[in-house]
Amino acid sequence: MANIMVRKTAVGTYSFYLPKRDLEDAIVSMEYDSADKWGGEIRLNNGGTYYIEPQALPARFPISLRARRLDAAE
Amino acid sequence: MSELTREETEALIQEVLEVYPDKARKDRAKHLAVNDQSVEQSKKCITSNRKSLPGVMTVRGCAYAGSKGVVWGPIKDMIHVSHGPIGCGQYSRAGRRNYYVGTTGVDTFGTMNFTSDFQEKDIVFGGDKKLAKLIGEIETLFPLHKGISVQSECPIGLIGDDIEAVSKKAAKEMDKPIVPVRCEGFRGVSQSLGHHIANDSIRDWVLDKRDGQPFEATPYDVSIIGDYNIGGDAWASRILIEEMGLRVVSQWAGDGTLAEIEKTPKVKLNLLHCYRSMNYISRHMEEKYGIPWLEYNFFGPTKIAESLRAIAAHFDEHIKEGAERVIARYQPMMEAVIAKYKPRLQGKTVMLYVGGLRPRHVIGAYEDLGMQVIGTGYEFAHNDDYDRTIKEMGNATLLYDDATGFELEEFIKRMKPDLVGSGIKEKYVFQKMGIPLRQMHSWDYSGPYHGYDGFAIFARDMDMAISNPCWSKQTPPWKKQPELGDSTAPVAEGELKKVA
Repeated sequence: MANIMVRKTAVGTYSFYLPKRDLEDAIVSMEYDSADKWGGEIRLNNGGTYYIEPQALPARFPISLRARRLDAAE
Repeated sequence: MSELTREETEALIQEVLEVYPDKARKDRAKHLAVNDQSVEQSKKCITSNRKSLPGVMTVRGCAYAGSKGVVWGPIKDMIHVSHGPIGCGQYSRAGRRNYYVGTTGVDTFGTMNFTSDFQEKDIVFGGDKKLAKLIGEIETLFPLHKGISVQSECPIGLIGDDIEAVSKKAAKEMDKPIVPVRCEGFRGVSQSLGHHIANDSIRDWVLDKRDGQPFEATPYDVSIIGDYNIGGDAWASRILIEEMGLRVVSQWAGDGTLAEIEKTPKVKLNLLHCYRSMNYISRHMEEKYGIPWLEYNFFGPTKIAESLRAIAAHFDEHIKEGAERVIARYQPMMEAVIAKYKPRLQGKTVMLYVGGLRPRHVIGAYEDLGMQVIGTGYEFAHNDDYDRTIKEMGNATLLYDDATGFELEEFIKRMKPDLVGSGIKEKYVFQKMGIPLRQMHSWDYSGPYHGYDGFAIFARDMDMAISNPCWSKQTPPWKKQPELGDSTAPVAEGELKKVA
């Protein structure tokens, strides 16, 4: 499990940040992205995938979360 | 020198790499790249933030340097104790020229060196008692200090001293913040982790101390983050931001105080200059306090104008108008500077090798003077820095991460730039080769370089370095060698005798 931070960019897309490794990247796809179910498998621009426990859409961004690494790009 | 093509630059990298043993060559090859603006992700072309190879000459610092020297050190009304043997504190004392206002030794302590001066017995029996004692002495001798930070040097982590317990106890007795910082030098691969550790310690021990306290806010409150006031940089930036109508609540960390840092969570926008060293705390404030942050660049009129407009875009019409007014006001001054120096510097080439934000931020300033940056590199960058650099640099220019002494020398010998911007460790190597070098870590004892006023000084300094007549009169030692064998040899000997 890794601590990650998800923030919204100026154009409304999600951005992913992994403080431990100073890895900042765009989230290209997210399994669930609706008001009542948000999260699931997320795919990064660099090819890595992480899993966030599906939850209600966070009230505000950025938000720190726990995520499971499914497949890191590096 | 004329521009190299992509193939030529690639061939140059290969040639330089040839001297390494196989394993080292494979590793170093990942850190050297030819810039390609079409690449969106730097990790596809360059690897960064990795451990330096043993045996090569790196110019990186340590976590202690990143924490004490960069992030904590400039906070002027706190006392930063270098906890451990004396050398680390002494050799990092006041070298970075973080200017500040105040009476040193009374209410400000920026250029002083406080250390626990570890001896063998402290290593054997532990240094906690010594730390407690020295905190008491500080309180007696310097009662006007606002707080203490304990900057750990390597042995503290190795012998397992509990500086947190000592700090908590003493802070209670003294009723002043004492921040233990676990920035032992062996942590991480470079000073970069020290920045992160220091940011985290500010987050955990300082930032939330005034939450819930009253504060007379205005809609125009901002803070300047990641400007260390080297040679007065933060002042040159601050006047522009204030002139456009904003109120600067805090300066991190150059000429900054503990009170300013505690008040930062009340601002409306964080202006981030050095992304590498302070993005961590900006991200934290964005999450916890909902304060957006914005990277800006105050090197050279083009970038300053861009940045002022980007900052103003976060505020109302009054500020937007203010930004235009500031840009218009300094326009004639900038035109005069460029008219004076551009004809002398037009077409000159520069290679940079520094740390932090400069390898990409100063490119715009050089371009304003008609100069071209043909190679750039960072000592301790991460991939996100290179992501930002790729767009700034021209195609087929050279990128080098954590360059070794050998690589840098070879690149510069081959690419023959008119100016090198690097540190003091590189300065005399290249000046002996007959290539002018400006020390770009602390502006070669000049500055400020930020802001409009800084650009005038920047342009003058670059012109002074390049146009100095001494460079054409220098012959590097390796070129002198063959001449000694022929008829000039006896003359040289005779001269030697005269001197003797």
